Formats: sequence, structure tokens, C-alpha cells
Amino acid sequence: MRAFADLYAALDETNKTNDKIAAMVDYFSRAEPADAAWAIYFLSGRKPRQIIPARKLIEWAVDQAALPPWLFSECYDAVADMAETIALLLPETDADNDDPLHVWIEERLLPLREAGEAAQHEGAHFAWRTLNTRQRFVWNKLITGAFRVGVSQQLVIRALATVSGVDAAVIAHRLMGAWEPTPDFYTALIAPETRESDVSRPYPFFLAYPIEDNRLDALGDRADWQIEWKWDGIRAQTIRRAGQTFIWSRGEELVTDRYPEIEAAARGLPDGTVIDGELLPWKDERVMPFMQLQRRIGRKTLGKKLLEEVPVIFLAYDLLEEGGVDVREQPLSWRRSRLEAIVSALDQPVRSIQLSPVVEAATWDGLADLRAESRARGVEGFMLKRRESPFRVGRQRGDWWKWKIEPYTVDAVLINAQRGSGKRASLYTDYTFGVWDDAGQLIPFAKAYSGLTDAEIREVDSFIRRNTVEKFGPVRSVKPELVFELAFEGIQRSTRHKSGIAVRFPRILRWRHDKPPQDADSLATIRMLLPDGDTGDAQ
Amino acid sequence: MRYAAHTPLLRNDGSGFYCEAGGFHIDPWNPVARAVITHGHADHYAYGCESYLVAAEGETVFRARLGVDAPIQTLGYGQSIDINGVRVSMHPAGHILGSAQIRVEHRGEVWVVSGDYKRQPDPTCAPFEPVRCDTFITEATFGLPVYRWPDPAEEIARINAWWRANADAGKSSLLFCYALGKAQRVIASVDPAIGPILTHGSVERLNRAYREAGIALPPTHYAMQAERADMSRALVIAPLSARGTTWTRRFGSHASGFVSGWMRIRGARRRRAVDRGFVLSDHVDWPGLMASINETGAGRILVTHGYINVVARWLNEAGYDATAVETRYTSSDTEDAEQLNMEEEE
Repeated sequence: MRAFADLYAALDETNKTNDKIAAMVDYFSRAEPADAAWAIYFLSGRKPRQIIPARKLIEWAVDQAALPPWLFSECYDAVADMAETIALLLPETDADNDDPLHVWIEERLLPLREAGEAAQHEGAHFAWRTLNTRQRFVWNKLITGAFRVGVSQQLVIRALATVSGVDAAVIAHRLMGAWEPTPDFYTALIAPETRESDVSRPYPFFLAYPIEDNRLDALGDRADWQIEWKWDGIRAQTIRRAGQTFIWSRGEELVTDRYPEIEAAARGLPDGTVIDGELLPWKDERVMPFMQLQRRIGRKTLGKKLLEEVPVIFLAYDLLEEGGVDVREQPLSWRRSRLEAIVSALDQPVRSIQLSPVVEAATWDGLADLRAESRARGVEGFMLKRRESPFRVGRQRGDWWKWKIEPYTVDAVLINAQRGSGKRASLYTDYTFGVWDDAGQLIPFAKAYSGLTDAEIREVDSFIRRNTVEKFGPVRSVKPELVFELAFEGIQRSTRHKSGIAVRFPRILRWRHDKPPQDADSLATIRMLLPDGDTGDAQ
Repeated sequence: MRYAAHTPLLRNDGSGFYCEAGGFHIDPWNPVARAVITHGHADHYAYGCESYLVAAEGETVFRARLGVDAPIQTLGYGQSIDINGVRVSMHPAGHILGSAQIRVEHRGEVWVVSGDYKRQPDPTCAPFEPVRCDTFITEATFGLPVYRWPDPAEEIARINAWWRANADAGKSSLLFCYALGKAQRVIASVDPAIGPILTHGSVERLNRAYREAGIALPPTHYAMQAERADMSRALVIAPLSARGTTWTRRFGSHASGFVSGWMRIRGARRRRAVDRGFVLSDHVDWPGLMASINETGAGRILVTHGYINVVARWLNEAGYDATAVETRYTSSDTEDAEQLNMEEEE
């Protein structure tokens, strides 16, 4: 636990990429495989579900620290992190525990899930008297299922590539999909041998950056680029190997059984095929709003009615594996022609796997004209892909760009605020914005979390504290005074929102110091942005 | 003159703690006729008072702050004077050079105003001495049990190790400290063999005041006059207000740290966006606060500055007669006070 807690502290203590990588390289070059496997598991954002509820842990900690509960609350209010508050309040020890991480996880932490309360209590006490403040903090995070560390998957991969000498792309691929944090997994992860045995394993996704300042002329000859619409669905890979189908979402979640229509269509794919694409709600030859797809996402069981109302297709973008061979290094033009052959050879009564159409505009100017049709087509703009490009790993500049349409914008009034998390834990950073309804009242319209500078966040935080009208739990309602310009991507009617409107990806564009609240937008003007204007029915 | 028995010896009259019997204020925040000052941090005195009484040990510091010609009278630690029949004496508070607890005695009743204080060793000032009293007015800047200080020698060792590692990597070490007190404590404690110590102007002015008072500090150089060649191994001491300003650009590639009791909390360090936090405070931590209150023997405690409501409630539950006293520098929302304190000097 000592080495892992030290690694956590080192990662927590720096914002510099190179220092983070150095700390991980240092850890992995000393760790035994059983510990390294768990470390990767946690660093890549995986974590065990909550084992002991926070409420119990607080009760035991307050008892051990001999403090009244009100004083714990005051401390928690200042620290804004439960695991940290407990770690700081427990009696100091000279403990400095060096038992391996995997022993702590496998023998002392995970078994507590099935244990009775008395055993859990004893387990917590054992950890607290055996670990120092820094180590207790990590343990508290793990036991309450709240462990999180500020390091990206890309950095973990770079560190592992440095330690093992294995190419970063290979490490990235081996980390995809489902795996267990075992010593064998770690040994295979850093082994030079490249034969993959897991038939379900997807490839890392290649992601695009937004094109800068709409500078299409910098891209060179139009003929060198393949252009597709940018669709608003869920990026995914469909894998057909060894007679089985696997559909992975970009969040590395196996979602095969949620899309039976695609699974059925994929049975016709040749063995050893991996296709990159997008899951889209699709009806009458047309994409449906993203919110319809959300109706499918959350469901454990899919009723016949829902399947009929919201059919989902897999729109194929790219071919990553053919005949069991990784073809990501082939040029896009080659991959596209093979993809077209494979998809058109499919025998599907319902076309649940379709090709992403290529946009035909012959010139950049023609493309700019077509872009204006994006909203009417239900897309977010264009994807620009260099015909010579390989299918790369992660988000990279140069070969693929996204050229999105400008977002919708409205001016809205700050009405509620809630504390943030992580480094913003003691600041009010999560805001609810209101607009004027038909009765002249401010009605909640959207929540937004980002878009302000640190200095602005502190200024708004101070305003919120000075202008709180009411507190309900963690939420404060505030005097409606500050106006912000919000941007969002999609807009749709909703029966689940008080305003009757749901928007997609709302965020703060800027603080409108110049606008008084009465000049903020009204629901009536926002309804004009709906695809069916002001008069259409819901859905 | 006669006073009713219930008239408190000191009370907050809107300008500071006022002693009606003696006709003086302690730590006023408005200009008054006669001010008795615990120490030289900006939240403990007002400009423009007609006279100031301070501990003799801190005279050079006060002159650096108030001006060389300011109407300053001094009183050595342990000495006392009579002001209109009220006996006033100064006792070391251990906070910064010249910081004093002010003992006020009238008709057999003794009050002590702590000012800010700490119980940890500090090479730049005399250690805190508990003073027996009936009523103790204490600070509560870090008045929560999550605030427990590590051994200062260990924190200094961490600063040295960080500085050395940065220097070996060719980076200067930009260390943010409150300009008065913390900066000199750090400078006097670190290992000057690691590299040169450069300072921000506001720190260097106070270094001069400390040296004039006979406090030994290793050589320091005003950063604006330093050669660029010196910088890669340098420890640069600057106030937090210099963070992110163009002033820091001259140091090129550097690592940053902040020395403060607030650094005990992870979120506080992350909000500051500094690389490293060093937990070294010039205030008492929670155990120190409780021990000090106990050592005064006082039954009545007034709590001011910081987590005043928390500390007052805790003391009341422990059997003291405790009251939270709002001053201009506290508000009902302790987090606001925290935000303010983090910007202001400790």
C-alpha cells in the first residue's frame, strides 16, 4: 500500500505530464505484477463498487476520533471530501504499511463486501490503525467506491510503454475490452509477443480534433479528403470473430445484447471482421434525435414496442480488421473500398448495418454550402478524413478533423448552484440556469458545469454565498442576477423537463456582465429553435 | 471614574477590542487614538492611529509596515506599563517576530488577547508563553480538528528535498510564503548550501527588518537584481499574490510550492494550482489550540478570527463559557473567511 499511496500522492501533486509519467514509470518498474495489475485497473478509471457505505464509515470514524457528529460535519464542509475528512480526523499513527497492494485489495478489501457489519467494522479499524494518513485516504476512497485519480489512459499507456519497451499502440490495444487485474494479465500486457488471444477485444478508437478557425484551405487539395457527415450517436465497434458478435461502445462497455437488430445483421459478417462506426436511432431512412437513443440505452430488457419505436442501426465508418488481419495501417481509401464490399455483401432483410455515406461536394466552397443543411439532416457537421490516413490510436491532429456547425446560444439567468467535485469541491461550480416562461417566471432550463475561468468561478462562488436565498441539501437557490450565454448542440421537446425542452451538451460560453436578468431569453423564443418550430407536438 | 461591575474589561466597539477603563484599543481595524497591537499582519492594525504600543522585539517590523516616523512606543516582553490605572504587559505569542499576547489587568481581573499564535518552534521568534488569566481571547484560524500539524523539521526536510531535486533538474523552485513571518521562518530554516535564495521585493524589505532586529538569516538576493545564471538552482521566496503574474516569467522553467497550514487539505492545494503544498503554519493547530486554552486556566473564552462558531461550540460543550466574537475580518460563513484568509497574510 505504501508504494501505491505514494504514487497516488505523486500524481496528485503535479499538473505536469512528464512528472506524472515519471511517477508511474517509477512505480511500474518496481511493482510486482500482481500489484501492477491492480494499479492499472485503478489508474484506468476502473474501481470496485462501494463496499462499505459512507454513512457507516463516518459513524465508525467519529466514534474512533471521539468527536461529536456536528464537528465531523463542520470538518467535512471545509474539506469537501469524505474519505479525506476521515483520514485527517482519525488519531495519528506512526504506521507506514508496506504490505503489497494486491494483498490489501484481494484479502482485506474485496472480502468485506460479503462480510457482516461486525467484520466490516473490524476491517475498517484494522486498516485505520495499520495505515498512515495518506494511505488511509486511498483506502477510504477504495472502500467507498470513490477512487479517482487525475491521469488519462494515454499517460498510463505511455508509462507502460516506457517500462516494457512495447509499442504504445500495442499496449493501448491490450488494455481495451474486458480484463481481470491478475498477474498473468500484467505479464501478457507488457510481453513482447504480439499474438492476441481474446476474441472480443476491440481496437482503440481514433478520435478527431475540431478543425481550427474553419481553416479548410490549410487542408490542401479537396481530392485528398474523404468527407462524411458527423453523426450524433454512440461511437462503437462491431466485432465478428470465432462465430461470435461483440459490440463495444467507446466507453469500453460491451453492449451487444442491447442492440439485437445489429447483432442479427452482424451474423452475416465474415469471421475476423472489425468495423468502426456509430450506433444511431434510425427510422424511415432518417436519423432520430439522440434522446430517442437514450430511451434504448438505459433499458435492461427491450420490449417489442420500444424496438419498433426506436430501431437502432450501426452506421459503418471504417474497417479495422479483415480476415483476422489488423488492417489499420492500410490507407483509408483501401479500407473504405473493402468496407463497402463487406457491407454490400451482407444479406439483411432490415438494413441494420449501413455504410456512412460519403459527401460528394467537389470543392471546399461547395462543402461550406452543404454544411448549412446539417441541422435539417439531423447531423452535427462534417468529418474530414485524409484518404491516405491510417486508423490511429486516440485523439490526434492532422489526418482526421471534425468540422461542427456552430452551437445554438441563449442568454440565461443563474438560479441554483451546487458544489463541484475534485479540485472544485469547496466551490459552487455546478449551476442551473433559468429562462423566462410565459407567466414571467424564471424556469429551470439547463445545467452547466464548465466554461468559466478559475477567476470567474471564484467570483461567481462568492456571489452565490452572498446571495443565497434558500438551501436545500447541497443546493442553494440564489438571487437571480447573473446572466450567462449558454451554448448547446441539440434541442428537443421533453416531458421530463419542467421547461418542456431538453438540450444536448449545454455549457457556458461567457458571462454577460452587460445584461440584466430581465433581458435574458424567454422560453417562447427558445421554442422557435425547435426543429418543428413553436407549434409542433411533443415527440 | 466608576464602572459598573458587569462592564467587560474589553469589548468590541466596532473598531476593535476597546478597553474603556484604559482608553485604548487592541488590534483596531479603524484609526483610533491609542492602539495596542499584537503583531504586524495587516488584519491586526489600522493605519492612521495617533499612537501605537507594540512589543519592542517587533519594532523594526512595525516601522517597515507603518513608516519609520510612525508614533510607535515599545514595551519589552514581560514588562508592564500603567495606562489610566490598567496594567498592560506583552508576552511572546510565537507567531512572528515581535508578536505578543497582550495581558490587561484591572481591579484584580486579568484578560489576555492572544493575537495570532503557534506552539511550534520557530528560529525567528520567541516561543509562546502561556499566561494565566480569567478571560482569554483566542484566535481560531485553524479551529477544526482536521488541522493537525506535522513536525516542522520534517516539512523543512521536504522543502529541502524538493528544492534539491528541482535544482538538480535545472529548475528554479518558486516557493510562495506569506511575506511577513512565514518567509523569514522558511529562509532561516532551509539548507542554504543547496543554492542561492532569491526574494520578491515585499519579502526582502521584511528580511531587512528581521536582520536589523538581530535575527540571523542566510544571505538572500532581491530577485530582480539576480543574474539569470543563478536561477536554475535558486529557491525563490515570493508572496502568493505573485503567482501567475509576469514577475514569475523571469524564472523560466520552474516548480511551484506553497507553504501554509491550508495545505493540510488536498483541495486547497489543488485550487491554488501549485505543484507542492508544505504544511507549515504560524498558527496553532487544533490540539495546540485546546492545550493553550487549558494552560491559561481561563474559564471564559472569546473566540475570534476563523472558525469562531465551531470552536466556541466545542468549548461550551467542554464546560467553558465561550462566545464567538465577530470582528471585521470574520463572517458567518467560515468558508468565506477561509477564502479571505488564504488571500491575506496568515
